[in-house]
Amino acid sequence: MALTGVEIFKLLPKTNCKKCGFPTCLAFAMKLAQRQASLDLCPDVSEEAKQKLGEASAPPVRPITFGAGDRAIKMGEEAVLFRHDKRFVNPCAFALEIKDTLSDADINSKIEEVLNSEIERVGQKLRIDAIVLTDDSKDVGKFETAAKIVATKASEVPVIICTNNPQAAEAGVKLFVDKKPILYEADSANVESMTNIAKKYKATLGVKASASSASGGGGLDELSALTEKIKSLGIEDIVIDSGARKVRDILIDNTLIRRASIKKNFKPLGYPVITFAQRDDSLHETLIGAIGVAKYSSIIVLSSIEKWKNLALFTLRQNLYTDPQVPMQVEQKIYKIGEPTPDSPLLITTNFSLTYFIVSGEVENSKVPSYLAVMDCEGLSVLTAWAAGKFTAARIAQFIRESGVENQIKHRELVIPGYVAILSGAIEDKLEGWKVIVGPREANGIPAFLRLRAA
Amino acid sequence: MAFTPPKETYSGKVYSITIGVGKRAVTFGGENVLPFHTLEGVAPNRPVIAHEIQDVPPSDWPENVQKPYEGASNDPVKWAKFCQDVLKAKAIALRLIGTHPDRENRLPEDAAKTVRDVLSAIDVPLIILGSNHAEKDASVLVAAAGAAKDNNCIIGKAQEANYKTIVAAAIANNHKLIAMSELDINLSKQLNILITQMGFDKERLITDPMCSALGYGLEYTYSVMERIRLAALAQNDLTMQPPMLGDIGMYVWKVKETQATETDVPQWGSAEERGITWEAVTAIALLIAGAELLIMRHPKAVEAVEKVIEELI
Ligand code: B12
Ligand code: SF4
Repeated sequence: MALTGVEIFKLLPKTNCKKCGFPTCLAFAMKLAQRQASLDLCPDVSEEAKQKLGEASAPPVRPITFGAGDRAIKMGEEAVLFRHDKRFVNPCAFALEIKDTLSDADINSKIEEVLNSEIERVGQKLRIDAIVLTDDSKDVGKFETAAKIVATKASEVPVIICTNNPQAAEAGVKLFVDKKPILYEADSANVESMTNIAKKYKATLGVKASASSASGGGGLDELSALTEKIKSLGIEDIVIDSGARKVRDILIDNTLIRRASIKKNFKPLGYPVITFAQRDDSLHETLIGAIGVAKYSSIIVLSSIEKWKNLALFTLRQNLYTDPQVPMQVEQKIYKIGEPTPDSPLLITTNFSLTYFIVSGEVENSKVPSYLAVMDCEGLSVLTAWAAGKFTAARIAQFIRESGVENQIKHRELVIPGYVAILSGAIEDKLEGWKVIVGPREANGIPAFLRLRAA
Repeated sequence: MAFTPPKETYSGKVYSITIGVGKRAVTFGGENVLPFHTLEGVAPNRPVIAHEIQDVPPSDWPENVQKPYEGASNDPVKWAKFCQDVLKAKAIALRLIGTHPDRENRLPEDAAKTVRDVLSAIDVPLIILGSNHAEKDASVLVAAAGAAKDNNCIIGKAQEANYKTIVAAAIANNHKLIAMSELDINLSKQLNILITQMGFDKERLITDPMCSALGYGLEYTYSVMERIRLAALAQNDLTMQPPMLGDIGMYVWKVKETQATETDVPQWGSAEERGITWEAVTAIALLIAGAELLIMRHPKAVEAVEKVIEELI
């Protein structure tokens, strides 16, 4: 359980020397309790206090970096059970399973699929984040060969070495030193040797409990004992798997893990969760993955990554990990699409990212160079902004005048979204010399609309 | 450190609602836990998925979701029977979209006849939906509710602007009722209160906090549903305890991801699978957030969601 300000204060030197930058030890203690200051600001704190405070002030789900370089993935650090309380922090990673029983050519083509999985949506670049190499062959030599292909062809992609055989584990993981791979799976039978290998090659250790829990105990009990053991052997970067495979058990175990770490500050389960979602039927697998996205998985392992499947899972992750208080927004300004001239049309919309990307995409599709005036409406969509009194005739007129667009274009025609046709008269009243043109309601009508006007 | 499962027990409970009559009646709701959290309480009924049909041919639906109904959807009675007999639908949602003034502008009497015809052809429960035109729905749903008297249907949607007449019709004809507000827990609560103040039994009410599609505001519906469910269970808020509806199909099958061809957007992959997946993922997200009743369009999406429900219970 997190300590209160007063409890922290009792552990500080109580000299009020101000070296921490705060007027008193108590003031500093209060900031620590709110996690707004870090303990190392106080040079005089005792070793004992450091240890106690360190334990208590660590985030409930341990932050872990998986992989290295540009593609490194941050995991953990979550602080809530429900996204309406506070933004979910680190979006879960999607990982493609590659079996070492595949031919070299098939392994290569799976790697290609991962490398080419990037899709842009609402201004974010989304992709399959990692590769899981499994030792289905149970043959160390074969596993090592497959690992070599991954290490050379996908050298930037974070990798999970998946085997419970310590020999295969070492043969695989040694190819990824300095790349922060995950070594999975340590279990009750091999935990000591796996921990040693992970330590030697600086890997994060993935640990799996045997029995999945039917009544809420079982797997998680064993899992807690295993992580404590691993920690006592000197590894703290751990990802956990309760052993659940049926989706009901995944949902319940993930919920209990998140509750235990956040509400009880139960350290043995305060680690990112890995979920194995693989199914024969790809749509079924997509839906199991979707439940992982919603319910606390940090890594979701998939057996195939069709484009339609990725798009749906990426979009769900993007939706559920956005900040519930602040809609995604773009900057207010006059955007140029294509190479517009002073005669090109001028359209207006709001600065909600989704609205901006849909509308600018369709203007681009029209191939008619245009100006798109994007007005700050605190990230609300056109209709929401209109209903909230932020996308009004007066504000639109003021924005157009102050934007300087009148110096960029020769004409005085403004295309407004069809859904706010009702504003057209009022805008003309407030924006002298301008003519308002009502565009289509849905953005997909924009290409035909612009082409017709350009003709 | 020994692990004790941090179970939660709640004082509140979601009402259970039975729709339809006779052997094919179905019940949903009734749980005293968050969705599928059956380790700490009971969820006696599985969520119900209703197949959506409409009173006019679905020419406004994207090609890929029209196809499965080819040959049946030109007539609501045939369409309903197809859903019941071939697709094994557990419930059917008839949307009277043709009554919308901007569409065919069909009359309330026409709608009533369609309802009567469909009811006489099926024995699974029927959900009767207006065209979402607040004013017209008031007259259409009154006529439809009368035509369906004592069939224990759901009628909807009652909104702030038109609830009075619709509530009265639901009371007079013994139906359940959908109350819809716009993505705001307080508006939803307020509408439920207004409706029960008219003498409508709160245990016959279904809340629609308004749906949105994956990628187009889903997170808003998701969070409003989670908050409503927590209010019902943890705070035992009686006004928030009706089961919730996710009216998925009509929101999903109008977004670009369910319409664009693979030739137009090669990086999005197969259009047919993409559309089905879009509807199924939206449905799963809302089930996890707390919906007990879903209205969906594509038979393959329904099938996939049923398969996951099977694994969740
Ligand atoms: C999500 C949502 C919200 C979110 C806000 C999300 C956001 N960032 O904007 C929240 C929950 C906060 C919200 C709040 C409110 N909302 Co609201 N909300 C919605 C919802 C479900 C989706 C909006 C959305 O994201 N649309 C997607 C974007 C891309 O659409 P868009 O910006 O309109 O752009 C499209 C077109 O307009 C067009 N377009 C855009 N720009 C341009 C430019 C040109 C030139 C052209 C030609 C076309 C074009 O292309 C786009 C795609 O086709 C809609 C209902 C719905 N399903 O549409 C209601 C809706 C917009 N909300 C509504 C209302 C009333 C409100 C509230 C006032 C009350 C309430 N219910 O709480 C508040 C006001 C907020 C405030 N701060 O005070 C009403 C508006 C009704 C009306 N006609 O006035 C709607 C329509 C709900 C309804 N009645 O069915 N809302
Ligand atoms: S530096 Fe340490 S001892 Fe000095 S005031 Fe700050 S907390 Fe107290």
